[in-house]
Parts: sequence; C-alpha cells; structure tokens
Amino acid sequence: MESTDSFMKPTDTRDPRHYHRVVDCQWGCPAHTDIPEYIRLIANGQYTESYLLNRKSNVFPGILGRTCDRPCEPVCRRVRLDGEPVAICRLKRVASDLRDDVRPFLPSIPAEKNGKRIACVGAGPASLTVANDLMPLGYEVVIFEKLAKPGGLMWTNIPEFRLPGQVLWEEIAYVTDMGVDMRLDSPVDSLADILGGDFDAVFVGSGAPKGKELDIPGRWDAPQQVHIGIEWLESVRFGHVERCGERVLVIGVGNTAMDCCRTAQRLGGKDVKVMARKTKPYFKASPWELDDAMEERVEILENHSPSRFVVEDGKLVGMEFDLVRWREGEGGRLRSETVGSKVIPCDEVILAIGQDTAFPWIERDIGIEFNDWDMPVVDKTTFMTTRSGVFMGGDAAWGPENIIWAVEHGHQAAISIHAYCNGESLEARPAEGMNLISQKMGLHEWTYSNDYDEAQRAKMRHVDLKKRFERMDIEVEEGFDIEQSLAEVERCLNCDAQTHFEANLCIECDACIDICPLDCLTITHNGPEEDLAQRLTAPLLHPEEPLFVSEDLPQTGRIMVKDEDLCIHCGLCAERCPTAAWDMRKSDLLLPYAGLEAGGLHAGQVVYPELAPTLESTG
Amino acid sequence: MTHIAKPRVRHPGLATNRLGLTRRDYEGGMSTLCAGCGHDSITAAIVQAFWEMDIEPHKVVKTSGIGCSGKTPAYFLKEAHGFNAVHGRMPSITTGAHAANRELVCIGVSGDGDSLSIGMGQFAHVVRRNVDMLYVLENNGVYGLTKGQFSASADRGSKAKRGQVSREHPIDPVLLALSLGAGFVARSFSGDKEQLVPILKAGLRHRGFALVDVISPCVTFNDHHGSTKSYEYTRDHVNALVHADFVPPAEEIETTYEAGDARTVVMHDGSRIQFRKVPADYDPRDRDRVYAYVRERQRAGEVATGLLHLEPPGRPGSETDFHGIHGTADAPLAHCSFEELCPGATTLEEIQRAFR
Repeated sequence: MESTDSFMKPTDTRDPRHYHRVVDCQWGCPAHTDIPEYIRLIANGQYTESYLLNRKSNVFPGILGRTCDRPCEPVCRRVRLDGEPVAICRLKRVASDLRDDVRPFLPSIPAEKNGKRIACVGAGPASLTVANDLMPLGYEVVIFEKLAKPGGLMWTNIPEFRLPGQVLWEEIAYVTDMGVDMRLDSPVDSLADILGGDFDAVFVGSGAPKGKELDIPGRWDAPQQVHIGIEWLESVRFGHVERCGERVLVIGVGNTAMDCCRTAQRLGGKDVKVMARKTKPYFKASPWELDDAMEERVEILENHSPSRFVVEDGKLVGMEFDLVRWREGEGGRLRSETVGSKVIPCDEVILAIGQDTAFPWIERDIGIEFNDWDMPVVDKTTFMTTRSGVFMGGDAAWGPENIIWAVEHGHQAAISIHAYCNGESLEARPAEGMNLISQKMGLHEWTYSNDYDEAQRAKMRHVDLKKRFERMDIEVEEGFDIEQSLAEVERCLNCDAQTHFEANLCIECDACIDICPLDCLTITHNGPEEDLAQRLTAPLLHPEEPLFVSEDLPQTGRIMVKDEDLCIHCGLCAERCPTAAWDMRKSDLLLPYAGLEAGGLHAGQVVYPELAPTLESTG
Repeated sequence: MTHIAKPRVRHPGLATNRLGLTRRDYEGGMSTLCAGCGHDSITAAIVQAFWEMDIEPHKVVKTSGIGCSGKTPAYFLKEAHGFNAVHGRMPSITTGAHAANRELVCIGVSGDGDSLSIGMGQFAHVVRRNVDMLYVLENNGVYGLTKGQFSASADRGSKAKRGQVSREHPIDPVLLALSLGAGFVARSFSGDKEQLVPILKAGLRHRGFALVDVISPCVTFNDHHGSTKSYEYTRDHVNALVHADFVPPAEEIETTYEAGDARTVVMHDGSRIQFRKVPADYDPRDRDRVYAYVRERQRAGEVATGLLHLEPPGRPGSETDFHGIHGTADAPLAHCSFEELCPGATTLEEIQRAFR
C-alpha cells in the first residue's frame, strides 16, 4: 500500500489567502484594492461608490488612476489568456472623473480628540495616508513639509500633462481638510528636535529626494547646462525653468527620464534623445511610459554609455558615449564590452539615473540604526525603526518605489502607530477577514456578467500631438469615454466570483469537467503534487498559480482538482452541476486598517449600503 | 440548460492531434440537456475519441432518433454531417448513408427507448446487416423527455422517482446484440471515461457493427435511491470485467502481461485491442462464453462492463460487413458518375436479356 503522507492536502478555502491569490490583480496590488468590485460598480454607473471603494485602500484614486505603476496589470489573468490586461488603472480614472461629490462620504472626524499627537515628516503620499487613517480615530496629526505645498513628489516630479493640478489638490485636500496641522515651508533639520517635542509617535515619510550624480569628466565645466532630473522637473513645476535648449540629452531610461524628455519637448526641445546604457528589455521605464514618449517623437538610443561631457570655451557642446555591446556572463549577469565611441552634440543634459534617500537631518546618536548603505534599519512588518515610536515608510524606508507602495506603507505604519499608542503589540498584525457570498440569482442567473468578452483592450485617446505641446498643463490622456469604459469593464473576468466546491455534494457526473472551457478541472485519485500535476486535464502552464484540491469525493474517494491559473469565472461548472456542489461565491477580502477590525467602519461613518460589508468575517 | 454558450476561449496549452486540431475543435453546440446528464459526459467521451483518432470531422456521419439521446449529436463534431431521424429509425438512415458513401465514418446515437421499444426492429436488423457503424446506446432506464416513465431497459424491481416498481422483464441490449450476432459488443458507464474512451475508439476502428451500451444516469428522473441506473448504484455494482486498451497500428505495446492474463486481437488495419485483467475463464472472442458470463454476473447483482465481445477479423461474422455481404463496388456510390450508377435503357435491356 502506497503511503499517503505525500498526498495533497485539501485546500482550506476558509483561509482568505487562497481566494485572495485567485484575484491576481488584488493580490498584486500592494494596497490590495478590490479591483473586480470597483470595475463592476463602474459597469453599473456607480462611479461615486467605485471611487469610495478605491479610496478605502488606495486613498488617491484620481492621482493613481493616471500615474500608478500598475503592479496589478501585468499579473491580470487576461494577460495569460489574450495577452492584454484589463485597463485597470485607467478605469480607476473613469470612476474618479465621473464621480459625484464624495465629501459627505469621507470619514467623519471626532470633535473630541484622543489626546495623542503624531508628527509626520514630509507631506508625500505616505504621510498623507498616515494622517488619513489616524485622523478619524481622534489623533492630532502634525505634518512638517519643507515646500510651500503638500504632495511630495506627486506634486514636484509628475508633470502636469500627466497629472493635472486640480486632481492632485482635490485629493490631497480630502486628507488635509480632516484637520491635519500642516506646517508648510517648515524643513526639518533635526529629528532630535521633533522627538523633543510633544509627540507620542513620529512617522518619517521624507521620500528619496536626492537625484543621483554622474561624476564623469567635464561634469562641472558647464554646470548651468547639466541638470539633475528630479530637481529640473521641480524647477519646471515651480516656474523657475520655462525654456530649454533645442538639443537635449536625457541620461537614463526610467520613468523619471520619460517625464524629463517629454517635459523638454514642451519647453522648446526640438531634438530630444534618451540615452540608454542597456538594451530595451532592460529599460526601467514602464512600457506604456516608453510608448507615450516615443509617440511624442522622442528618440531612444540603446547601448550608449556616457564617458564625458564635451565642453568648449566653457560651453557644453555635446556628450561622448562609449558604444557598448552586452553579453551574459557568469550567473546571467550582463557584461559590457566597448566597441567604439561617439560624440552626440547637445545644448543641455538631464541626468535621470536614479535617486537616493537623504538623512543629514537624522542625528546618528538618537537610537536610529543605519546600515552599511547609510539607510535606516526599518522593520518590514511594523515599519518601526530601531528607536521605538519612530516609524518610517514610503521611499524614505527602502528607496524609490511607486505611490501605491507609499500608500500601503502609510496604512501599515498607521496600524503600528495606533497599536503603539495603545500599548499593544506591533508584531501581532490584525487578521484579514473574508466574506464568501453566493452570487446565484436564479436558475442561470448570476449577479455578475459571466460571459467571456473577446473584446480587445480599449485604447486611450491622446490629445493631438501639436496641440498638446502648446502648454505644460494640457493633459495628454483624454480618459475613456462612457462607451470605451463600458466595453472595457466587460473584459474583467470577475476573478473574485470564486468557484466554490463542496466535496460532499459531488456525484462525480463529470458535467463540470466536460463544460469547463479552459479545462481547469480534473477528477483523479490523490497523489504527490508532482505526480498529480501530470494528470491534469490540461497541462500546468504556470505552476506558481494556486491549485485547489478537494476533500475525498463520496462515491469513489477520488479528489476534485482545479488549476486556478486560467479560470475565466464563467460559472458554467456551477450551472452544469446538478447538486450545487459548485457554486459561484464572491470572496470579499476584509482588510484591517488602523483602529478597524477587518472590513470594519469608523464610528459614525456614512457609506453607501453597497459598500457596507456584512460583518460575517471568516478570517 | 445553460444561459451562456461555452465560450470559445481555450487553454493555450491544449494538445493538437495529427490534423492540428485541439479537442475543442471537435465540440458542437450548447447542450440543452439537464445539468449533470450522463449523455453530456458521453458526448465529451465521443469528442475525445474522435480527436484522439485524428478523424476529420467532415468525414463523419452522425445520426440519431428521438429522445434525450436524439439531441446529443448536435453537441459534438459541429462540422460533421448529421441527420436526426424519426423515432427509432436512426439505423435505416445510417444504413442508407453508409450504403451511399462507405468512406464516411458512421456514428449513431440512440437511447433505451429509441432502440429497445419503438426502434427494436430496426436495431435487430442493423445488427444482422452488420453495417459498419458505431452504435452508442445511451441507456438510462427511463423516458426522460416525457417525465420519467420506465423504459424497456428498466430492471425488474427498480423504483421510479415517485415510488412505482418496475414489474416487467428488462431488455438487455448487450445480450440482445450477442444473440443477434454482433461482432463488437461493449458496455460502459458515462461516469468512467477512462474505460469509455478506449472502447469508443476500438468501436470506431472495428469494421462492422459495434454496439456500446452506456449506462447514463438520468439526474432528473432516475438518480434516486431504489434506481438501478443511478450514479451511486452503478458505481457500487459495476464490475469492470474486461479492460481493453486500444493500440493504434504505429504504436508498440509498452506493457507486457503474463501469458493467459492478456489477449490481443489484431484489427483489420493492424491496430490492436489489448485485453487485460480478464478473468481466467473468460474469452472475449467466445460469444457463447461471453453470453453465459454476462448472465452469471447479472444473477450475482453486478453490471459487467468493458469490451465484452469482439470477433477477431477473419472469423465468421466479421469479414462480412454490409458492403461485403452485398458485394458493392469498392468506390463509394456517392462518388460514382451518373452514367455509372444509371447506365441507361440499353444496358438494362442487356441485363434483362441475360436472365431470360
């Protein structure tokens, strides 16, 4: 008799993680935004509700709907089926664009404070999220900001043609208007001073404000013609820089480089080139940002490694590059080989090769430990530094990331700060919960649109190429119109409409297996995972995607196995099941926030009934 | 019945057969049978068998009579030729199609009512004529389309959904076909595709009449306690008597079995049927022994399944299929010219003169 020790164990679908993993986009989003639900609300024309659902987890739906780096999209199941993800990010913008006034539905702020004071350093997305989560609990939050306006890099580094000021200021005001004590034009030059103040906890969200330098020959010979990317973008935003030379070289090929080259196009640049050391597959910029730059006739040159600035008579006239060839060396590491050199004439150079954190204002003797790279040591779970009561998040904690990461850091830090102020453990994180609700409405009716729509991804319309260059603040993307968004929402597969299986009801008639269009299902005898994987109806293409394994089936003792990888959640298994062993149930992930049980609400908070989760947590 | 049709989107890793087609290419329209109907599983097994056999869908004739089974050819091989005949008359239509074009692969789907009541005369004669076809009898013991009355295959003593007990003797299509001289007789279960698919493949390859009686539970009217054709009863009482592996001509038999444990029948095209785990005193080639064995198992309360009887090529009853018996031309009649088929008054006159 074969040992059954190595056999697969039944999947515990009461653990929120299994069904959460099936919702690839939500799993991939650092803030775990409930994407399928907000897309369904858009489909239903409930833009305000969709906006509020977004705001719950990502705080800045209008800003993120234009600028997010979209970690949700590459993992969208649709990519694995037809190559193009649902336009999740730009649908978020639809909810933002078409929403009604949301102010009546924002968390209410108690008049009576809880007596705790929190200081935040920097008014970027991380600190704003901390304030957003703590203000409704009665905290007093003070934000210190060196600039005249809040927003951090969202304001200074994202050009207005991508993020209109009105959108930015409106969403920031939702937070600051909660009664946050904003200390603008107040650079912090000593953390010790803050710690000496009357604060119960401190959150450092000061970002990564220092652009990387390129110290090669000639760098300092004509400094007025060489700029650091993020500083230059900031100067443009402040109105200090209004023109640039006709021939501009942008060094580096990340998203900041894309913003720089496109900004240069609008300030008089006629011949703007982005100079990349590596080849296209290694470009750091998001593919869509590369596309947008190339649409604006920016030239991107690969395999050009800068070697010196060419300065004649104190004037920058060009830049010399090594022409390199790349090959894979040991351990897959790329090695370069110089095959020539070339001088490219230019009037200005913009360096966009990365950015660093900078903490000259944190004293090194106040209990905050720094590592070998001069980065503060921050706990990845609690977001606390080695000095208790001092928390850190956003780019300041582990270097440059995207806005959505800063938001998630803010949420987690707020949970920790709240626990810290109440004398509770920071390590014991509040549990996630899950509601699982049948979506069956009738014999063949489901609450959601279950048919597979073969439509291609909607194409974003852009303002005419000539017109968009007239002013800096003409937003290039026009947003989806109603028709486009109605078509795009149908591409969503509703991955949170889970195929829920009850083994004890199954009569093993094979109906579900026969009808499944993606051959996700198999009834077979149990065995070790590697062996079982060989016996699936369709080959396992992505072993990293979860497998569902049922309890033993009553009639034959075999098991039902589902490869979750390519399920389109059409519900045909549930429709063809004669005993309702299969059902389509919506998994509603209930996330905890500071002072809130998973899925709970602030006291007195007004919400639309559609958004109020039933408190039947299984987590 | 489902509200949406099965979407066309398919698993990108699906295997293709020698024609470059995936299993999905052998599907048909959306089934309107009850959810969980055994017939839908048989449809899926038929799809699988035709795909594995690399048969071009447009070279297939699919026929049926009336009843739930009569609807099923619409659900597989959408590119095949099809005819939905009058109740019980599927055999005649298939015979006609096969007579006219012997190159086409014929599959007839019928049910216990269609074959054993109104169409039993047709069934008997298509066996006698040894028409080269795969005859799939979807056997659920009830008239599902008319609300679940007992059919002629209902076992004596079995209970209907509302409690009535069947008092009449059942007709067993396997015993009937054995006694009528069928060269290929099998029984299987819709809930066991591992057994059913190889049997269907062997039946498609068999030259002559091939009967596959498939127990196919009716989830709506005959899947309750007291039924002898429910999923649970069948699983409890089935005796997979004969395991048959279908081995195409090109493939080598990988597994070897001890002598006496395995019997191989080589088909006319060189493909082989490999029997294994056959009881020691059982010989699928011996019609009389098979008949006795199936009866014996029935008395013991078991349902014997598997490829129960196969006449090897070259034995009486196998080389004389429909076209052999009638000495028809090798070329399909459908491809003969009008002049060949209807040579005219002068030729007729000559033939008549020869008989005078």
